[in-house]
Amino acid sequence: MSALGGGSALGRVVRAGIGRRRVQTAVMVLTTLMAVTASVLATGLLVAARAPFDHAFAEQHGAHLTARFDGTKVTATQLAATASTSGVTAAAGPFRSLSLRPRTASRSDALPSGVDLPPLTVVGRADGAGRVDGVTLVTGSWATRPGQIVVAYSGLPVQPGARLRFPAAPGSPTMTVVGVARSVTGTADAWVTPAQAGALTAKGSPPTYEMLYRFRHAGTDAQLAADRAAIAAAVPRGALTGSGSYLTVRQQQTANTMAFVPFLAAFGVLGLLLSVLVIGIVVSGAVGAATRRIGILKSLGFTPAQVVRSYVGQALIPAAAGCALGLVLGNLLALPVLGDVGRAFDGPSASIPVWIDAVVPAAALALVAGAALVPALRAGRLRTVEAITVGRTPGAGRGRLVRRLTGRLPLPRAVGLGLGNPFARPARSATTAAAVAFGAATVTFGVGLALTLGAVQSGRMLDSAGSVVVEAGGGQAPPGAEAVHAGGGPGAPQADPAAVDAALRAQHGTRRFYGTAQAQVDASGITGATDVVAYRGDASWAAPQMVSGRWLDGPGQAVVTTRFLHAAGIRVGDTVTLTEQGRKTSVRIVGEAFFTAGQGMELLTRTSTLAALGLDAKPGRYTVQTRPGTDLTRYLTSLNAALDPVGAMAQANTTETSDVIVTMDALVGMLTLMLVAVAGLGVLNTVVLDTRDRVHDLGVLKALGMAPRQAMTMVVTSVAVIGLPAGAAAVPVGVALHRYITPLMGKAVGMTLPTPDIAVYHAPLLALLGLGGLLIAITGALLPAGWAARKDTASALRSE
Amino acid sequence: MAATEPVIEIREVTRTYGEGPPALADVTLSVRAGEAVAVLGPSGSGKSTLLNLVAGLDRPTAGGVTVDGVRVDGLSEAGSARYRRAKVGMVFQFFNLLDDLTVTDNVLLPAQLAGLPRAEARRRAAGLLEHLRVDRHAGAYPGTLSGGERQRVAVARALMNRPALLLADEPTGALDTASGEDVRKLLAELNAEGQTIILVTHDRVLAESCTTRTVELVDGRIVRDTEHATAVAR
Repeated sequence: MSALGGGSALGRVVRAGIGRRRVQTAVMVLTTLMAVTASVLATGLLVAARAPFDHAFAEQHGAHLTARFDGTKVTATQLAATASTSGVTAAAGPFRSLSLRPRTASRSDALPSGVDLPPLTVVGRADGAGRVDGVTLVTGSWATRPGQIVVAYSGLPVQPGARLRFPAAPGSPTMTVVGVARSVTGTADAWVTPAQAGALTAKGSPPTYEMLYRFRHAGTDAQLAADRAAIAAAVPRGALTGSGSYLTVRQQQTANTMAFVPFLAAFGVLGLLLSVLVIGIVVSGAVGAATRRIGILKSLGFTPAQVVRSYVGQALIPAAAGCALGLVLGNLLALPVLGDVGRAFDGPSASIPVWIDAVVPAAALALVAGAALVPALRAGRLRTVEAITVGRTPGAGRGRLVRRLTGRLPLPRAVGLGLGNPFARPARSATTAAAVAFGAATVTFGVGLALTLGAVQSGRMLDSAGSVVVEAGGGQAPPGAEAVHAGGGPGAPQADPAAVDAALRAQHGTRRFYGTAQAQVDASGITGATDVVAYRGDASWAAPQMVSGRWLDGPGQAVVTTRFLHAAGIRVGDTVTLTEQGRKTSVRIVGEAFFTAGQGMELLTRTSTLAALGLDAKPGRYTVQTRPGTDLTRYLTSLNAALDPVGAMAQANTTETSDVIVTMDALVGMLTLMLVAVAGLGVLNTVVLDTRDRVHDLGVLKALGMAPRQAMTMVVTSVAVIGLPAGAAAVPVGVALHRYITPLMGKAVGMTLPTPDIAVYHAPLLALLGLGGLLIAITGALLPAGWAARKDTASALRSE
Repeated sequence: MAATEPVIEIREVTRTYGEGPPALADVTLSVRAGEAVAVLGPSGSGKSTLLNLVAGLDRPTAGGVTVDGVRVDGLSEAGSARYRRAKVGMVFQFFNLLDDLTVTDNVLLPAQLAGLPRAEARRRAAGLLEHLRVDRHAGAYPGTLSGGERQRVAVARALMNRPALLLADEPTGALDTASGEDVRKLLAELNAEGQTIILVTHDRVLAESCTTRTVELVDGRIVRDTEHATAVAR
């Protein structure tokens, strides 16, 4: 123990102190373990989740902004001149950009020949290098002549050598995949030579250009919005048709991991504060209970500094053990959460950086040392003679008025005595109240998080309101395509919607239904294909939760998520142009909804939108709500008998659970339990100290005839009277924390959580949570109360 | 209860702690109702152990203790508590009053723990404080009283539930001479009123002045058991 500066004598004193207070030592280990686990996870995920993207972005000189321009309103020369716009540090382009739907023209393990694939954003670039968006070749080579194409990594499941045909392009050319490349911000789905890009553009089609920019200030959404505005101002009005920010891409790629950070940070802060409180209580209690021992140590020659070091050491050793365990647990828990982050960039699996493993425990130990130092200094300052002679029974005087009042209440005397006890030691009672409040606030926060996650889990998928789905077969390929469809089974005929409608209406037990068709089209402002879900019939009863605006109530309207709005740089009320094989139609965004289907990037509209694009608008799927009390098995059997002749099939609607939310739930549950356990142990510790301080009085009361049950009642009452108000006061804190953290979780994944998913606290629940503090207090007090009940009266009477 | 009936029957009681010599060894003692018995002996002779066994605060390793018809050594913790409420009043060397309760509240405690109706308890406490001449301190806190007054309050508290037996452990040990004399007289008066008393003390003068019988313990064994007249009687 020479580290403590006192040689072996001091070391023995420290070890003896730790050994003598096993419960307190366990509390200190557990509290630091919990705090360090949550803090390592929160800070580790925050840093580690972004590291692979940031590394790749720096290496590729990624584009801060990918902008699309209408070639009918701005010339290539004008666009090239935007590189000189104020704030722009580098630019690339203009590149010709177009949306094309390919069809496989060769066979591979993944795809047969003749399969219609989603539309691609194809960009004409002479090479992948450049000052901005240095596209990295993963395999193969860059396109150097017409007939060659490079596809984006993690886009199409094709390899060099595969052939793709573009039926809607002039001459329906077939091109050979010569390379697979990666753009960190996904500036295109495929690249061809500039000449090939021009040749692929249909005659009469308005040209679209892509420009890639890096800016001097691009760290925040606001800065990028200003940069975008500067670019928009540098070109003719209306020329800038869409843009994508690297922040949005980074957010999408790290969303699942970043969603953990806000609540883990909250638990980390709660844990650290509770650690400081509990360690302060423990060391303060140890000093208070060992006043005489300190006097003896000093009389034996211990200096004040050695006494201080001995008490700080008694806190630091268990805290160091808790930190080490928390470090291991935090890193282990991070593994599944960070599992996919590194792989997305072909790097090693991401892990928590070493510096976080060093800094977080060091900070926790510094906090612990600080918390222990205050009472330890008090111990160091104690005068030797006073320390030896002073007992530990609280001095009379405090709380007398309350005792007098409680003695007159029409309550059993044990209850009256218990009610008065907290007022005799207000400082200790305040620490008990703080421990209870931390626990109750944590429970409130944790329960709220679990309810929010539950609401998100159940509301995140589209069509989850129906109990039955009817698959009508077929896919949503454009008219005239081969009989093989990407969206459906090969050659699957599509059921006649009228026949399906009729069967559903005729089926006893059907309450209401609607149909959906799906397609992939190009949407202005979005790189790559956008999934469109088109509704036929009234789907308002099954609409996703709205964040703002309203649900679809007519043609030409669309509903999208916050993530889509950010990605496209638009807002509710704006218009999105949808393009399919040269045909265009516009939809107005009438609502912002919350759902995670299709990574939250699907566009919801009416089937009339698909028809306007020349796409098959027949529903491939129906969602059905049955009447209350309907036997689902019988319903399905009967309905399938009617649907079989028309080529459709009904089945129960099952929604998959999100592994991310399940992991979050597990973490929330574990951290809540750990924090509540620490809070309960903090209460236990103060009650142990208090009961030991009062052991002589307890002996007197037992000698006067206080029964064990009455002793227990007295101790439990003394804590309950603190726990009830502390718990009730903590509930609003927990609710406020939940209201602060849950929107941040949504923001971390680029989503706005619907108000009902955040407003999860109802009056009965709040009342129950209000009793949480009481429960924590009583649970924490039961052990010392039992000890008080069993305490031998004769030895209690002999106590100082 | 007839005057000659034993209120305490201690039969062949042995109490050992761990591997050491017995604190009490094969002690047999009988105390009649109305007697005032002083237990004398040097430190470590077993006086406090004997008192604890009679009070139900400790259990014998062997033998039996019966007080006022209750077999004390077989009681559970809760049973012991009920027994002390009903049968025993205790007075300690250092008073053991609760400093944050007033004199009245201290005296009320045994009755409140026993569930005596509030009005009856208050009436009884007032009567006792008056009888023991500390009624003017009823609303005061023990810390403001002299040692003798505090011990009077402690005696009032001990008598609150009208116990069959008053156990006093060195009741004058922490008092000055005048206060000690005051307490001695009080005990003698109580005994004269019929209260059975067991008094544990080092002080032979106190023992002989306020008790009717002296039992001497040495190394856990009774070495002498003599009856005598009290100072009051004398």
